[in-house]
Amino acid sequence: MSTYQEFIQQNEDRDGVRCSWNLWPSSRLEATRLVVPVSCLYTPLKERPDLPPVQYEPVLCSRANCKAVLNPLCQVDFRAKIWACNFCFQRNSFPPSYAGISEVNQPAELMPQFSTIEYIVQRGPPTPLIFLYVVDTCLEEEDLQALKESLQMSLSLLPPNALVGLITFGRMIQIHELSCEGIAKSYVFRGTKELTPKQIQEMLGLMKPATSGQQGKPLAPHDAAAASCIFLQPVQAVDMNLTDLLGELQRDPWPVPQGKRPLRSTGIALSIAIGLLEGTFPNTGARVMLFTGGPPTQGPGMVVGDELKPPIRSWHDIQKDNARHLKKATKYYEALANRAAVNGHSVDIYACALDQTGLLEMKCLSNLTGGHIVMGDSFNTSLFKQTFQRVFSKDYNGEFRMAFGGTLEVKTSRELKISGAIGPCVSLNTKGPCVSDNEMGVGGTCQWKICSLTPATTLAMYFEVVNQHNAPVPQGGRGAVQFVTQYQHSNTQRRIRVTTIARNWADAQSQIQHIESSFDQEASAVLMARLGVFRAESEEGPDVLRWLDRQLIRLFMFHLRRSPFLQVFNNSPDESSYYRHHFVRQDLTQSLIMIQPILYSYSFYGPPEPVLLDSSSILPDRILLMDTFFQLVIYHGETIAQWRKAGYQEMAEYENFKQLLQAPLDDAQEILQTRFPMPRYIDTEHGGSQARFLLSKVNPSQTHNNLYAWGQESGAPILTDDVSLQVFMDHLKKLAVSSSA
Amino acid sequence: MIRWEFCCASSPAAHVFRPLKASERLTRPLKLFLQQNLINIDLLPQFLFILFSPVSAVFRDRDELRMNVNQQPHMASPYGQPQPGYQGYPQPGYGGGHVPSGYPAQYAPYNGPGSAYQQGPPQGMRGPPTSGAPPVSGAQSYSQFGQGETQNGPPPMGAPPQRPPVSQTYTPGAVNLSGPQPPFSQQFGAPPVSMQQMTNQMASMQVGSTAPSPAGPGYAPPSVSQAAMSAPYTPAAPPSFPPTSAAPSQPPPTEAVARPPPQSYYGAPPPAQQPFPNAVPPFSSTGPTQPQAPPPVSPQSFPQAPPVSQPPFSTAQVPPGPTQSYGGPLPPTQPSFSRPLLPTSQPSTFPAGPPPTSTPSQLPGVMQPQPPVSQPSPYHSGPHPTSTGFPPQVGAPPRPPFAGMQGPPMAPQGPPLASQGPPMVQANHVPPTQPGMPPGPISASMSGPPPQPGMQGYPPQQNGAFGQVRGPQPGYTGPYPGQPNYGAPPAAPAPAPPATKRLDPDSVPSPQASDMPPVQKTRHRIDPDAIPSPIQVIEDDKANKGSEPFTTGVRGQAPPLVTTKFQVKDQGNASPRYIRCTAYNMPCNSDMAKQSQVPLAAVIKPLAPLPPDETPPYLVDHGESGPIRCNRCKAYMCPYMQFIEGGRRFQCGFCSCVTEVPPHYFQHLDHTGKRVDCYDRPELSMGSYEFMATVDYCKNNKIPQPPAFIFLIDVSYNAVKNGMVGIVCQELKTLLDYLPRENPDVESNIRVGFVTYNKVLHFYNVKASLAQPQMMVVSDVADMFVPLLDGFLVNVSESRVVIESLLDQIPEMFADTRETETVFGPVIQAGLEALKAADCAGKLFVFHSSLPIAEAPGKLKNREDKKLVGTDKEKSLFQPQVSFYNTLAKECVVQGCCVDLFLFPNQYVDVATLGVVPTSTGGSIYKYTYFQASSDQERFLNDLRRDVQKPMGFDAVMRVRTSTGIRATDFFGSFYMSNTTDVELAGLDCDKTVTVEFRHDDKLSEETGALMQCAVLYTSCSGQRRLRIHNMAVNCCSQLADLYRNCETDTVINFFAKYAYRSVLSSPIKNVRDSLVNQCAQILACYRKNCASPSSAGQLILPECMKLLPVYLNCVLKSDVLQPGADISLDDRAYLRQLVSTMDVSESHVFFYPRLLPLQKLDVESISVPVAVRDSEERLSRGGVYLLENGLNIFLWVGVNAQQELLQNIFGTPAFGQIDPNMTSLPALDNPFSKRLREIIESVRAQRSRYMKLMVVKQEDKLELIFKHFLVEDKSNNGGASYVDFLCHMHKEIRQLLS
Repeated sequence: MSTYQEFIQQNEDRDGVRCSWNLWPSSRLEATRLVVPVSCLYTPLKERPDLPPVQYEPVLCSRANCKAVLNPLCQVDFRAKIWACNFCFQRNSFPPSYAGISEVNQPAELMPQFSTIEYIVQRGPPTPLIFLYVVDTCLEEEDLQALKESLQMSLSLLPPNALVGLITFGRMIQIHELSCEGIAKSYVFRGTKELTPKQIQEMLGLMKPATSGQQGKPLAPHDAAAASCIFLQPVQAVDMNLTDLLGELQRDPWPVPQGKRPLRSTGIALSIAIGLLEGTFPNTGARVMLFTGGPPTQGPGMVVGDELKPPIRSWHDIQKDNARHLKKATKYYEALANRAAVNGHSVDIYACALDQTGLLEMKCLSNLTGGHIVMGDSFNTSLFKQTFQRVFSKDYNGEFRMAFGGTLEVKTSRELKISGAIGPCVSLNTKGPCVSDNEMGVGGTCQWKICSLTPATTLAMYFEVVNQHNAPVPQGGRGAVQFVTQYQHSNTQRRIRVTTIARNWADAQSQIQHIESSFDQEASAVLMARLGVFRAESEEGPDVLRWLDRQLIRLFMFHLRRSPFLQVFNNSPDESSYYRHHFVRQDLTQSLIMIQPILYSYSFYGPPEPVLLDSSSILPDRILLMDTFFQLVIYHGETIAQWRKAGYQEMAEYENFKQLLQAPLDDAQEILQTRFPMPRYIDTEHGGSQARFLLSKVNPSQTHNNLYAWGQESGAPILTDDVSLQVFMDHLKKLAVSSSA
Repeated sequence: MIRWEFCCASSPAAHVFRPLKASERLTRPLKLFLQQNLINIDLLPQFLFILFSPVSAVFRDRDELRMNVNQQPHMASPYGQPQPGYQGYPQPGYGGGHVPSGYPAQYAPYNGPGSAYQQGPPQGMRGPPTSGAPPVSGAQSYSQFGQGETQNGPPPMGAPPQRPPVSQTYTPGAVNLSGPQPPFSQQFGAPPVSMQQMTNQMASMQVGSTAPSPAGPGYAPPSVSQAAMSAPYTPAAPPSFPPTSAAPSQPPPTEAVARPPPQSYYGAPPPAQQPFPNAVPPFSSTGPTQPQAPPPVSPQSFPQAPPVSQPPFSTAQVPPGPTQSYGGPLPPTQPSFSRPLLPTSQPSTFPAGPPPTSTPSQLPGVMQPQPPVSQPSPYHSGPHPTSTGFPPQVGAPPRPPFAGMQGPPMAPQGPPLASQGPPMVQANHVPPTQPGMPPGPISASMSGPPPQPGMQGYPPQQNGAFGQVRGPQPGYTGPYPGQPNYGAPPAAPAPAPPATKRLDPDSVPSPQASDMPPVQKTRHRIDPDAIPSPIQVIEDDKANKGSEPFTTGVRGQAPPLVTTKFQVKDQGNASPRYIRCTAYNMPCNSDMAKQSQVPLAAVIKPLAPLPPDETPPYLVDHGESGPIRCNRCKAYMCPYMQFIEGGRRFQCGFCSCVTEVPPHYFQHLDHTGKRVDCYDRPELSMGSYEFMATVDYCKNNKIPQPPAFIFLIDVSYNAVKNGMVGIVCQELKTLLDYLPRENPDVESNIRVGFVTYNKVLHFYNVKASLAQPQMMVVSDVADMFVPLLDGFLVNVSESRVVIESLLDQIPEMFADTRETETVFGPVIQAGLEALKAADCAGKLFVFHSSLPIAEAPGKLKNREDKKLVGTDKEKSLFQPQVSFYNTLAKECVVQGCCVDLFLFPNQYVDVATLGVVPTSTGGSIYKYTYFQASSDQERFLNDLRRDVQKPMGFDAVMRVRTSTGIRATDFFGSFYMSNTTDVELAGLDCDKTVTVEFRHDDKLSEETGALMQCAVLYTSCSGQRRLRIHNMAVNCCSQLADLYRNCETDTVINFFAKYAYRSVLSSPIKNVRDSLVNQCAQILACYRKNCASPSSAGQLILPECMKLLPVYLNCVLKSDVLQPGADISLDDRAYLRQLVSTMDVSESHVFFYPRLLPLQKLDVESISVPVAVRDSEERLSRGGVYLLENGLNIFLWVGVNAQQELLQNIFGTPAFGQIDPNMTSLPALDNPFSKRLREIIESVRAQRSRYMKLMVVKQEDKLELIFKHFLVEDKSNNGGASYVDFLCHMHKEIRQLLS
């Protein structure tokens, strides 16, 4: 075996799993002492170009409460054609189709390199993907125009057979009929009246009058689908219609008096969208895509009143319990989110406005359903345009990087139980033998629903070691975990991906060094950060920080403390929600970037190099490139900036300077190409107002307080009262000692 | 004054009078018309029938009409009988007298008839013991009627308590025909014989009619007329008889058929079946009793008969002489015709019974004959089917006796009379005929002028009838040249005619009396010609007042009638086109007012259109401070303001408060105290003018936005299928160019919007910038809102392309709809919300097809329950079933949202509820039952066009101020009132009328009179806020005579109708009817008591100005709302009820008393329209073609014997049988007659606010029953009394009040 580093990398590449510990303490007691729980980050749909899906059904363990999938860890008796489940030890015979099995003729799922395998299964008729646009019309003309163009453009990106629908809203909500010719028809709802799903379906004509034969019986899905046709049509059929319709889309015509916000009925619009889908295509992959340019101002789900005078809630208001609409709105959207999740529909929120748009209240829509949240200043920015475009990006197979209706099931070997998951998922409340009573994140279940998945979607899974101290695991024993993810592929196939991992048990007393060395610092950081964020979402901020301080002692946590995920200072509630949303779903690498931004330095003194995220790294003759995941900042040092201003890069003899300037741009471009959502791209220089993005992130080793003490020649002083890493560390050491004492 | 005396033949007084009259007339025939007409009504208790005969006429002041009714000892009984004639009335009386308990029971089933019959039996007993048959008949009748009858029978014998019955009777009157029948029953007594056959009769009835041959209807008539002519008689009689018996079967069918049609009256033709059932039930149930049934039949037959007679005339089959006379006296001839009809029935009897024999038996015989006469009436009134049957049968059995009595003629007459409905007429005729020669002469003398023997006159008529009866009248007519003469005389004295007519009848009786004692005994029917004739009054008024302009300067002067064409010159009081009062001399104090019971009311039509030769109200602008008003009562500046102190102040004419004249309005006074600029300022010299309103008069102190029209179209299955959607959309494309505007050169400011709906609503965005309209569906009907603002209400010219595209697509979009449910409340809410959103007033045009049963606010359920009709719960049928619409209406009014409703129902839609909003917002309801594009499109489109284009004001408030002493206390019309003084009208169009009732709260002075000022604040169609002021001053009087001399019956009727129609919401209909009759009786009794010179109690004296009150009131009483036939749907009644509430006087006049134009008298050369004839079947000639209009429908009635030339001219075919009864417009033929006729129809339509669909009614066609419904002087088949019967009843009531 090579180093743990390689082992970890290899496992991640193959299974999309990063564990906090790669050797597991064999008893509950020891596990608790380790502070960082046995846990892992799992990326269910990690892209595996080298993994062709198999075209048959998985073989399941026959024990009713196990149903584990046959995997390479199972013991197989090729002669008896029997295999033993490695989770429940049930002995199962192979199905008839496996009659030809032998040691030299093994099915893929038995080969060790197929610890992750994907099955394509036939389950019912394929259902097309559904995209339901929910468009705010209370926008500035320019914004609306840009949005309309983006939407029209998106039609060409959709799968031709995908069903598409359009709801527009402002003061009223219009759901547009797409199949009509001639007159454009739409159904209109007022934005102030809450309607039950049944009412909505009745009003949309989705309920056929009960026939004498089947009274009270809900529509068969196919009938409903037929009935819904007027609202959801295949893109290829209504492409022109819809393009025209979008083209004619007008700003909300109702006058907005002075001193008022436009009336925006986001809440009802979403409930209609969700009601429509749940009435017509339950349990079918569908995306509700909300494009909004401001906060909901009327009806249920209203976040702020239409009077301009009272501003939208801030953290300050929330802490003072002055946010009138917060709880009600949150509750409303949570209820909606749960309905959508139950039916396997996901909700994306594309919010572009300079002010807050109510993401705090609405975030659960996306968080619970696996939808995206994109926040920007305007629809007329490349940030939105490209991000939106990237939603429809395709993978190496030319297939969309999205999957729907996923269900993740976790099975563990006896010594382990599953405590919970943190990620864009909801619990399916499936009890099982491997469910721990000790909840971490979303727990109490061994199955989660992930309405929408991308290859990057990553869940944090937390486990509990239940093996008692007095019942040691035999030497060489391994704990196993199996992840079974069923989902609807973007090409409408149903697929099942099965990942089975195993780690060795280790006795903490005797093998503590081994365990220590198996510690995955990065994964643990992210996993703990997720726990922190999860707590932050549900608890008061300072408490979380204290908890974290008590729990952790690692370097990066300094940055986590200062990150927007936990720190709400200087962030609006919406921003916090936005950052947290992404934090709990991105994979490990991205998560790390979020926690501790990466800083690259470009200079004439050598190739680009990563430098400390410290104010001392800010030097006049350097160009810095900082990637915080959400922002991409290129910072030109004072001297460089002067040179650039002087136009040296234009001169042939200073070609090298030109190249120097170009280098970070090229690197940034590379990042921009792949990142979703598009980061905010900032090109600034010493003294520029935008330089704050950089200054706010670096370790304030030099501040206005100690500036002179440290001398001027290096770095840039940061105007902050925050303590620097050094001070933090000093304090931490002291604390550690005193606490241990 | 004209006196009408009703005398018992036996009464000495009557005798005395008669001679006098006769002599007078003979000597100075010309004066006759000026003189009184006396009609004697002889009631023989024994026979229980009434004979009316004009005894004398005295001319007084022309302000009253007297009718003496001399009752013999029997009188009382006779009255009672008459009452019975009234149907309901008599019965009660009888019942009371005899066996109360028994009656009630009977009543329920068929009271009227029963009572009548009962009497009948007794009669039979008495009179014609000879005729065993009669009794038999009586028995039959009994059986039919039930025990009650029998009981009744006896009482009558004793001498039925006439009076008590009378009063009581009234109520019963409501009961229907039955009441009147009692009297008839007597007659029947004779007929009874036939009665037995009665059972058959039903059939026979019809048969009789048919049998008569050609003229099923004619059957009765023919014989009668023939009676006069001996020769004709025999022939006629025999045939008729046999036929009758045989025929019976046939007749019934006709009836049945006829009934069905009635249903269709207002809407499309309802399924005939319904009617049938109705008809049927009666038959079966009363099978025997059926008297009712007969009546209808008989009427039919009669009308036919008359027509027949006419044809001859027209053709001039008779000697040239007659023909000539005809031209002139057509009207008279008609009456005569009717008479003949009566005879016709008799004829049948003739053959049966030897004439001679009858004579001897005379007394008894007479008695019987009379009964027969009465029978006819019963026919009319009650049991149509049976009655019809009766006549024939009756005729047969009784005949013997009858014949014996008066001779064939009598008998025949009797039946005929009966058949005619108005026994009166028959009676008259009878007398003459019966007496044969003697009467004839007398009659001649009576008619005086015509030297020709009345005999001749009559005979001819009869002949005419006869001829008709037989078939080709010519032959008959030939024999009786007299006819022409007859007609001639009446015709000659244009004004006189009425008088002459009356005289004639009078003369007739008198001769009889003089001639034969028995004759005297024989009761005379009241001659319809002898009682006040609406036509005559109308024509007189035209002649007297139509020629010169009516100037409004003189206070207390009654304007010409609404039927008269006249020009108005505004000299300080509002034109009668704007305001008509019931009384132009108001009593000075409330005591007088109470005593007289004359309603004090004004019918105000604030935006009434004016003829082109009259100037519309001037617009006055008093500048920024607004109109000058009295400080205290806020009355607007008007001619009644008295300027004092050199013009610095003015004293209010209403409240006497003195107000400073603002400096800018100051003007010096001349020596008379008038302002120097008096004639320069409309507000100082005119009765009507307009003020510009300032911003203070606007809602929220904001100048209003121009109003909007919103079209809301039902696109459910029914609406699409019957073609309505397509038609509306097609029409709107052009109609939108004609939105109301003040300046024809400028585009209308009115914006338009469109909504379609079924269970959900579809709004349309038709913004000019769109390439295609956009539809926005609102399915949240529980909580209506308007989904768009911009682009919903648009200017037509700007969005023309989009609108046209929309209107093209709507029918296509919903062509395949399968949605049958509709909503209604949300539809109005949607319009209302749209107007609110646009912050303007406006009007909604709702095109709706069915009962709104879809789940939504205002959802209704089908509550049509005919069992409630006639019960105390009936009123609930007129009340809205949910309160939702009342609330909604209130909201609409606040916003100035007027709703016009176009209904296209195939079944019950609950007009009573759907109509709440329209009627509270000043809107209109149009109803097109069983709408079919092919036949109803024209009517609908014309209504729609007119409705969209007509000038109107929006968001109006009307306030009526009066001088101290009286106060406006009650208002009737389509509006809403949130307090007791302000009439709020969301919309006020040029057809809407508000009737205001005044009451005293103090004394008025004769000096100053009573002033009223009606101020209407409204937003014009261009969005201007204006005040329209109408001022009206009337005299005050301390003498009741002045009151009675200056009142207007048409307006009184308008008020009564509205009052009664509103009362049905809160009281049982029976009570409403009773109180109407009661008030009317009090009015007349008060006159009699206080104003008329003393005279015998039997004399009915009517004030000249109110002599038509009884006939019109009767029309109101028997209107569909107050006395529904079985075939009238609840929707129709609710519809009519609401319709009448906004009618002006001319509309209500023609509605209650339709105009009937004899087209065969049309003068192609002249621009005049032929003089109308009275609405009675007996006025119709079988050879004629008549046009009848009532403001809602036009009927073209074609007699079976209409001249081929006439038919050729009108229809393009000479054959009666080839006329398509389904045509809705006349073919455009290139001949003068056709052109002129179509012109007339067009001009008639132009006079009415609603387009009248033309229905062609062929005589004897099933549709004829509908038509007959409008012959309001006849008994109606739903129990309405005939004019004559009602007059008798009224007289009885009056007498009771006086005693």
